[in-house]
Amino acid sequence: MSYTVIVFVKQVPDTQNITGDAMKPDGTVNRAALPAIFNPEDLNALELALQLKDRFGAKVVVGTMGPPNATAVLRASLYRGADECILLTDRAFAGADTLATSYALSCCAKKYGKFDLILCGRQAIDGDTAQVGPQLAEKLAIPQLAYVEDVIDLSKDKVSVKRTIEGGYEVLEAPTPVLMTVIEGNEPRPMNATRIMKYKRARTRSELAKDHADANYTDAESLVEEADNLVAKNLLIHEWSAEDVGADKGRVGLPGSPTKVKKIQSVILTGGDAKSVEPTEAGISDLIHELIEDHTLG
Amino acid sequence: MTKKIGNVWVFIEQEGGKIADVSLELVCKGRELANELGVKTEAVLLGDKLDGCVDTLYSYGCDTVFLAEDKRLEPFTVLPFAKVIMSLILEHKPNILMFGATYKGRELAPRVASEKLAGLTADCTELRIDDFDDKINKQSYTDKLMQIRPAFGGNIIATIVNTWDDPQMVTVREGVMKMDEPNSSLKGKVVKIDVQLDNSDTVIKVIERIRQDKSINLGAAQVIVSGGYGVGSKDNFKLIYDLAEALSGDVGASRAAVDAGWINHDHQVGQTGVTVRPKLYIACGISGSIQHCAGMDDSQKIIAINADPDAPILSIAHYSIVGDLNEVIPKMIAAFKAKA
Repeated sequence: MSYTVIVFVKQVPDTQNITGDAMKPDGTVNRAALPAIFNPEDLNALELALQLKDRFGAKVVVGTMGPPNATAVLRASLYRGADECILLTDRAFAGADTLATSYALSCCAKKYGKFDLILCGRQAIDGDTAQVGPQLAEKLAIPQLAYVEDVIDLSKDKVSVKRTIEGGYEVLEAPTPVLMTVIEGNEPRPMNATRIMKYKRARTRSELAKDHADANYTDAESLVEEADNLVAKNLLIHEWSAEDVGADKGRVGLPGSPTKVKKIQSVILTGGDAKSVEPTEAGISDLIHELIEDHTLG
Repeated sequence: MTKKIGNVWVFIEQEGGKIADVSLELVCKGRELANELGVKTEAVLLGDKLDGCVDTLYSYGCDTVFLAEDKRLEPFTVLPFAKVIMSLILEHKPNILMFGATYKGRELAPRVASEKLAGLTADCTELRIDDFDDKINKQSYTDKLMQIRPAFGGNIIATIVNTWDDPQMVTVREGVMKMDEPNSSLKGKVVKIDVQLDNSDTVIKVIERIRQDKSINLGAAQVIVSGGYGVGSKDNFKLIYDLAEALSGDVGASRAAVDAGWINHDHQVGQTGVTVRPKLYIACGISGSIQHCAGMDDSQKIIAINADPDAPILSIAHYSIVGDLNEVIPKMIAAFKAKA
């Protein structure tokens, strides 16, 4: 018995390194201005999926919704052990909030077909909302297991997990198919050198066409041949549009997003009138005196 | 009022019949929003054997408590909770629905929002009523809920508006809304819910459940002494405990100190920890990342002790002490003992 595990991952701006023009005037993110990384908890989700592959036998399918260059996280997944990748990309998806995103991903999962588990990181570091996982589960009408640390057991029709709760943990059991959101905890495996050599040539059809254009080589027939060649070697990354996955255009992107950004402000830490206190006995004694006088202490 | 709008709802989180602080904070905030809109404040309380909670909710300002009691609602699992809340929403059409941004709230709210096709904003730190001009779609809205939250790792603050049908849904971080004093003379009414669940709602089984209450509740602390990476070692954290004890305060920590294993996560202050607003916050060896400052910059007085004169924490402090905390802290303890 081999299981099918879909892992949904996200390429995110590295929010630890924010620069000036990170936001567009309409309040959405200018991703081009920021370094892009594999969302950290999605790496934990991928690692958990690969552990399931090692333990129980599973096909690990990694999907992402994003711009064409989000294939970087898909190749990074192949380098670690993923079997198949899907890029869900379309201008129509731009500006999606969590509801529109979960709808698009649900269409992607349905288009893929039968699966036993869907794994996602608990949340992405650009929004920190933790909403897409539970919303995707609802859209697919399957149960959800949030904050999963580890899978205890997996069988033909059910799974048991250990998951974090406020002040402790639970062991939960649920029927498959089920969606899990995974929290930081396991140690994502490094990329494998042999797999890098093989999968660095993995391409979407658009990337392949671009390679050809860059090489100033426009023979359409050889492009088709090369694509067939990639398919044969399992090196073709699926590239699906909104239409490909049968998504209703009114439910994706900005039109499908009930929440609108009214205003964005940068956070500037200010205090201004900090009183400098000398680290001497006299300085500190005066400070303590002042705090007792104004009833902050005592 | 020109059109009838729904009431303000708060999902009440409870554990063993004890209401979570964040839920009471939200009732107080809900009361304020409801007064401004001229509507009622209503609580949604789910679990089993919860009679004791109802009077508490009245005393914080709830006009109505929707009470769903069923043994299948204890302990919390997401599917039956979502089902009950969803049917209540469809029946009563609230204008606003708030959840604490806790483990339970952040798992439950999106499931409900997805089914209702309602907008949901996570981890709000501020809420207020205002009008909204959607210039892109050329639509104007009156009396909408402004949902204000940090994003991008705390580097920006975004104001979000839900432009679709009600309810306008939010989760709100613990400790950021002020809890008012309860008034036991306030009364409301309880509406008992006939809980309708089928087998598909109870497919998730809780096999084992281990939990304990937090070892400390920093949200209520008046004096907090916090240590960061600059404390240097687990042993040296004793200095932080000593100062806290001398000042009758509690011990907090930055994420760096928690990640280093010097102190447990219950003590962590900041975006991924608790939000605090004590009378006095003493930051010892904490550089002052945006994520940390977001959890403590509403403190009435902030003292920062740091060896680095360029540490960002010094710019939000009311008193800055540039020096070695190993020397400064013992001097503070001695000075306080001499004065008090």
